Amino acid sequence: MQLTVNGTSHSFEQNPSLTRLLEYLSLTGKRLAVECNGEIVPRSRFDETQLADGDKLEIVVAVGGG
Amino acid sequence: MDELVIAGKAYASRLLVGTGKYKDFDETRRAIEESGAQIVTVAIRRTNIGQNAGEPSLLDAVPPSLYTYLPNTAGCYSADDAIRTLRLARELLDGHDLVKLEVLGDPKTLYPNMVETLKAAEVLVKDGFKVMVYTSDDPIIAKQLEEIGCVAVMPLASLIGSGMGILNPWNLQIIIDNAKVPVIVDAGVGTASDAAIAMELGCDGVLMNTAIAGAQNPVLMASAMKKAVQAGREAFLAGRMPKKLYSASPSSPTTGLIGK
Repeated sequence: MQLTVNGTSHSFEQNPSLTRLLEYLSLTGKRLAVECNGEIVPRSRFDETQLADGDKLEIVVAVGGG
Repeated sequence: MDELVIAGKAYASRLLVGTGKYKDFDETRRAIEESGAQIVTVAIRRTNIGQNAGEPSLLDAVPPSLYTYLPNTAGCYSADDAIRTLRLARELLDGHDLVKLEVLGDPKTLYPNMVETLKAAEVLVKDGFKVMVYTSDDPIIAKQLEEIGCVAVMPLASLIGSGMGILNPWNLQIIIDNAKVPVIVDAGVGTASDAAIAMELGCDGVLMNTAIAGAQNPVLMASAMKKAVQAGREAFLAGRMPKKLYSASPSSPTTGLIGK
């Protein structure tokens, strides 16, 4: 299956949960927010959110800005 | 106590600062500390994948426990992108709903697209956000943004990052006179006198980033800006003397001069 994360394609053999994806991307514990196919996924639902082939994710953080 | 009240919350400082363009996080931290600012803008961006987990982050340098974060929509050119960005920001910051909306219209001038800004403001206010909105210095648009329910209107003094100062004090004055919500000059301030002039006009606050971060010595400029905003505010409250063209008035007694 294919996921697009922040514009880049990633391949997985099985459908990961969002928590598993964040582990795979070494993002566990980081303060971030996630949007899946245009919808916000609350942090409390990371475990139960099963990702599907073709899902488009945006994973964002706060950075310096004016 | 003369406080800036935004969406029911009082702030002692009328200087709001950005967190971008600094040399490193240490300089960011020192400059912002020196500025005395309590509200700091931050941008929302895609995280680097494969980044070193221990890498320093803005949240360590400028902790949200010490500062009120104002997530922005810098770089957004449509209402939809701005709305998505701020919904992500709200999730990122645990339900924090005070935000800076800006929808840009042109990458060369970074001039705001007010049609898209108005659209985004409507949606965000309905969605429960407390919207501080970057706007052109059009008094009619500023009033419309207030009527939509924005908690502060933030007209530009001149283009973002230009340091050109206050180019149209007359429009700012009309916006200030008409507004029932705080008016904060956002963008264009170049040096301390610009900030003082904005405050003398009656602005409720000044938001800046490049004027501090782009100075040769950002920490010293942060100190200068803090004083300029305070000085301008006090001058506004004090009420300046009337200007008298061609009508000098000596400060010393006109009688009792020797040799008369």
